[in-house]
Amino acid sequence: MATMNIIQAVNSALHIEMARESKVVVLGEDVGKFGGVFRATSGLYDQFGPDRVIDTPLAEGGIIGSAIGMALYGMRPVPEIQFADFIFPAFDQIVNELAKFRYRSGGQYPCPVVIRTPYGGGIRGGHYHSQSPESMFAHVAGLQVVIPSTPADAKGLLLSCLRQNDPVLFMEPKRIYRAARGEVDEGDTTIPLGKANVVREGEHCTLIAYGAMLSVIEEAANKAAEQGIRCEVIDLRTLVPFDVETLIASVKKTGRAVVVHEAPRTCGYGAELVASICERAMEYLEAPIQRVTGFDTPFPYVLEHEYLPNADRVLGAVRETLEW
Amino acid sequence: MSGAVSRERGLELLREMMLIRRFEERCAELYSAGFIRGFLHLYVGEEAIATGAMRALSPEDNVISTYREHGHAIARGVPPGEVMAEMYGKVEGSSGGRGGSMHIFDASRRFYGGHAIVAGGLPVAVGMALADALQNENRVTACFFGDGAVAEGAFHESMNLAALWNLPVLFLCENNFYAMGTHLSRAQAETNLARKAASYRVPADKVDGMDVLAVEAAVRREVQAVRDGGGPRFLECETYRYRAHSMYDPDRYRSKQEIEGWRRRDPIATLKGALRADHILYEEDVSALEASVEDEVEGAVRVAEEGSLEPVEDLLKNVYTPREIRWRR
Ligand SMILES: Cc1ncc(C[n+]2csc(CCOP(=O)(O)OP(=O)(O)O)c2C)c(N)n1
Ligand SMILES: [Mg+2]
Repeated sequence: MATMNIIQAVNSALHIEMARESKVVVLGEDVGKFGGVFRATSGLYDQFGPDRVIDTPLAEGGIIGSAIGMALYGMRPVPEIQFADFIFPAFDQIVNELAKFRYRSGGQYPCPVVIRTPYGGGIRGGHYHSQSPESMFAHVAGLQVVIPSTPADAKGLLLSCLRQNDPVLFMEPKRIYRAARGEVDEGDTTIPLGKANVVREGEHCTLIAYGAMLSVIEEAANKAAEQGIRCEVIDLRTLVPFDVETLIASVKKTGRAVVVHEAPRTCGYGAELVASICERAMEYLEAPIQRVTGFDTPFPYVLEHEYLPNADRVLGAVRETLEW
Repeated sequence: MSGAVSRERGLELLREMMLIRRFEERCAELYSAGFIRGFLHLYVGEEAIATGAMRALSPEDNVISTYREHGHAIARGVPPGEVMAEMYGKVEGSSGGRGGSMHIFDASRRFYGGHAIVAGGLPVAVGMALADALQNENRVTACFFGDGAVAEGAFHESMNLAALWNLPVLFLCENNFYAMGTHLSRAQAETNLARKAASYRVPADKVDGMDVLAVEAAVRREVQAVRDGGGPRFLECETYRYRAHSMYDPDRYRSKQEIEGWRRRDPIATLKGALRADHILYEEDVSALEASVEDEVEGAVRVAEEGSLEPVEDLLKNVYTPREIRWRR
């Protein structure tokens, strides 16, 4: 075990998998010599050389397209998009090519591309260095969306992504890139995709989040505990495919749920969670499920802490479910 | 350069470049002190381009830029206090504090921003020029972007559209040879950027972007050609940023000698030298300019410091046309 932050954990996973599997290739803007703007690919270029760690020009469509082409040949490309906000020049390649290759070739051409990208607010980055576009991708059949919240999860989930055969958007919560530190196995330990993590058990209300919002719901759970309210805290880890059974089991126990994400509310991922829980566990619900989310605005420059969900807003929602 | 410029004009250009440089250096200090936060991209070293180019444009023309746009905004006439206040996120800022460093907008000066997405401004410039062409406006759209943007698909679509439709747009490429940590030679197979534009039948030329008089002359020539109905033009201005890409960038990808080499071609020092050689710049001028620039920048900082922050009630403002808004948790 070693203490790592999320960047180091991602870096460790990439080192392990590149050493184990020669088909893994990393590519992106400044990922090589420079080691990535957040240093997540640091050291890879020196160890594996320019044929496996490829610096690209500014060309997101070209980066993802090249990754798709390599994947069709059985390689395992891991493109980095510097910020999730810059992924949109590649949206066509992702939505129309990457996500549908297996399907439209009748299963002949799987496309195991793992796109890594930092996402989310809280660093005063303004409109274009803060967005959380996960639901835009979760909506696209054929893609998987994975978002870790801890260093150990980042490493274990990324290793799993690199060892399966379908495209993944692996979104890294940049606000806690360095702030989240924890014990991580230095060796080769994977964490399965599609399994949520029950971080804390409780019987009064289920709190569900992913990525940087996990620490927010944990803080809310702590505050609630001081008032004798015991919350169950669930880290979703994988948005597509998501672990509906774990959520249902929890809601059957608590009868209440609060869903939290920092992306805007309308058509945010929370809507899918609420709908899925209602479809399967309506009769167990003691109160309407609450959502605590970003607002329906572009990501603000100054008012970002008013925009981002915080523990007090979550706690207010918990109370609302209890007092309903 | 000798005899190329009158004393009055020379001092004006010199002051403008000194103002932009001092402004940027002050921004760096304020960033380190925590007053400006987030992402900050400085223009130090590249001042000759904005300064020279804006002189060649009329107030009726359009300007559209990148995230490294403080210099463009100031040279276009946006008051430095409004630019600084924008960086502080204050309501007094040029975008009401909504945009920050990368999103200076000023409709009254036809300054269309501030674009944080690389190459995002190019297709927009084409659209503005198309609107002018369709409405028979005799206006030029000047579009600034970096060498890195040339690798994006948006650049190539924009070149073709502008040429195909013969649009009044001047593409001003600020080639500082780096896109973040990647040198041009590692990012583009054809490093002669003007040739790329030319391949789309956009007449293209190059100018020394460290020489303000050369930039001004070249932009005047190109603007005239565009205004005369000759369709789009592309001008590559070779330059260098002395500072890191942004305040986050450790700047470990280039040598001290390389930076020093470019500093020896410093646009401010070069103009000073030329004016001195013509005996139209005196030491008192330089100290007077320094003092007046210092005053103006400190005035800008005061505007920013004394400004106010947007109240939380305004969080939903300007997402759509004003209408009744509902607050939800
Ligand atoms: C579409 C997109 N991809 C990546 C980025 C991140 N990024 C911001 S500036 C930059 C380098 C741009 O270089 P260049 O166009 O030469 O302009 P310069 O910074 O040198 O002025 C990069 C990679 C971005 N803002 N937008
Ligand atoms: Mg550049």
